Amino acid sequence: MNILKFIESFANESLMQSKGSRRESFGQFGQLGKNLALASIPFGLSTFTNSAYAADISPTPSTPTGALQLALTLEYLEKEYYLLGLQSGVIPTGGRDEKVFMQISDHETDHVTFLINALGGPGSPNVVAKPTFDFTVGGIFQPFTDYATFLALAQGFEDTGVRAYKGQAVNLISTPDLLTAALQIHSVEARHASEVRRLRGQKGWIIRNDRGGLPVQAQPVYNGEENTNQAGYNTAALFGVDAGTESFDEPLTTEETVAIANLFIV
Amino acid sequence: MKNVVKIQKVDPAFTDRRKFLKISGLTLMGTGLLLAGCTKDDEIMSSPDQNGLISKFGGGHFPGVKNGVFDLGGNDLGILTYAYALEQLEADFYTKVVNASGFTSSFTAEDQQVLVDLYNHEVIHREFFKATLSTALPNPKKQLLPDLAFDYGGLNFSSRSQVLATAKALEDTGVAAYNGAGRLISNPTYLLLAGKIVSVEARHASAIRSLINPNSKDFAGDDVVDPTTGLDVKKNPSEVLAIADGFITTPFTALYLP
Repeated sequence: MNILKFIESFANESLMQSKGSRRESFGQFGQLGKNLALASIPFGLSTFTNSAYAADISPTPSTPTGALQLALTLEYLEKEYYLLGLQSGVIPTGGRDEKVFMQISDHETDHVTFLINALGGPGSPNVVAKPTFDFTVGGIFQPFTDYATFLALAQGFEDTGVRAYKGQAVNLISTPDLLTAALQIHSVEARHASEVRRLRGQKGWIIRNDRGGLPVQAQPVYNGEENTNQAGYNTAALFGVDAGTESFDEPLTTEETVAIANLFIV
Repeated sequence: MKNVVKIQKVDPAFTDRRKFLKISGLTLMGTGLLLAGCTKDDEIMSSPDQNGLISKFGGGHFPGVKNGVFDLGGNDLGILTYAYALEQLEADFYTKVVNASGFTSSFTAEDQQVLVDLYNHEVIHREFFKATLSTALPNPKKQLLPDLAFDYGGLNFSSRSQVLATAKALEDTGVAAYNGAGRLISNPTYLLLAGKIVSVEARHASAIRSLINPNSKDFAGDDVVDPTTGLDVKKNPSEVLAIADGFITTPFTALYLP
């Protein structure tokens, strides 16, 4: 669900006399609607909309195949994001940042290949197609010309990846080899997330549901991370809420993951 | 004294789970008492399925003292006990790190912030497992792993390079351990809890690696993430315990973990 799709879905007849292009319809909101929308609409609200766009991905079934399909969509997104980032010149060359993103890019490319093969190989009906991504989300973000934005979205994608794989683990419990592989990808995403966060001057771990300076639209990536109750144990008891929440990463459900991914799918 | 942890091979008679279940089933039919041939302290699940534990955990051995040595046990509660042992090690290590006399002078401000966080996290993990196992074990008084003792040999806790190198080894081992153990867990709740912890261990490993060598790809280096598959390390309990062996002085066994 692109944020523009979201805005469209809320638009009523008086605001939008005719169905123009998304960019035109955006303009019809005028400054008031535009600013309001940009300032206050989090990703997760998109789940409340009724109108689904053809390009949006749907929640995958709670099966091993479904888990891998959702993972593949996320890996397509990450792979394309880092390849475009490296091609764009937005990443400072010759230093730490370039080494970091080349390594992350290599891993995400490997993950796409691995998941396609796990789903039966190229041409298998289980292999979902790569969606078309818009990393600017209709022009809101400029990750390929503004490095701070590139880093911010990278953090959001990696933290989403960690939480999404975690949420799918239970769907793989009946297929131990696939579960193991998914866990091996999951921890790589966490290594990436830690490094990207640290490049941004953040801690490598998530504090409460703090989105760490990311745009408000990224809040659903962090919602739920404030949990301090782990199987009845209060993780805040010894060192407070921050340390307690840092110590455990929380899962995202399939629906929550899909809602985040759809923001970038057109 | 090193190498006192006894990592013993799984008895071949019990590597075939069906065979084991058959044996305990026969015993159950015959006597309803503990499996013949075991010592009084053994906690082998061969009584009727009290509290649904056999169906929940697939049968097997509870943690507890066997032949005079604490055994981690098998199945889910054995895996949780194994994780508890590893978290005890990590928590103990960082407790010593942050309390060492030279802590504030040996480490940069960034190092200190990371190491204090890791101390907090690992102590929380340890106490979480202690609490969870105390609730899940039918007889925690006998089945809860005792507090282990540790020895880091000649490790100089005021040496930045030595401490960070040890932290890196412990965190990478933690990641490998949880990645390898996931498939051994049958209860979805426990699988998710392990998943919540392993990604934090991976975040730690990345941060420590980046403190050691910041201008590099070491945070997810080719030595841990296979550069041809993009998959992280995984290890079985026996492989992990052989590494932890170097630090844990309290003898224990892992007879029923692969």
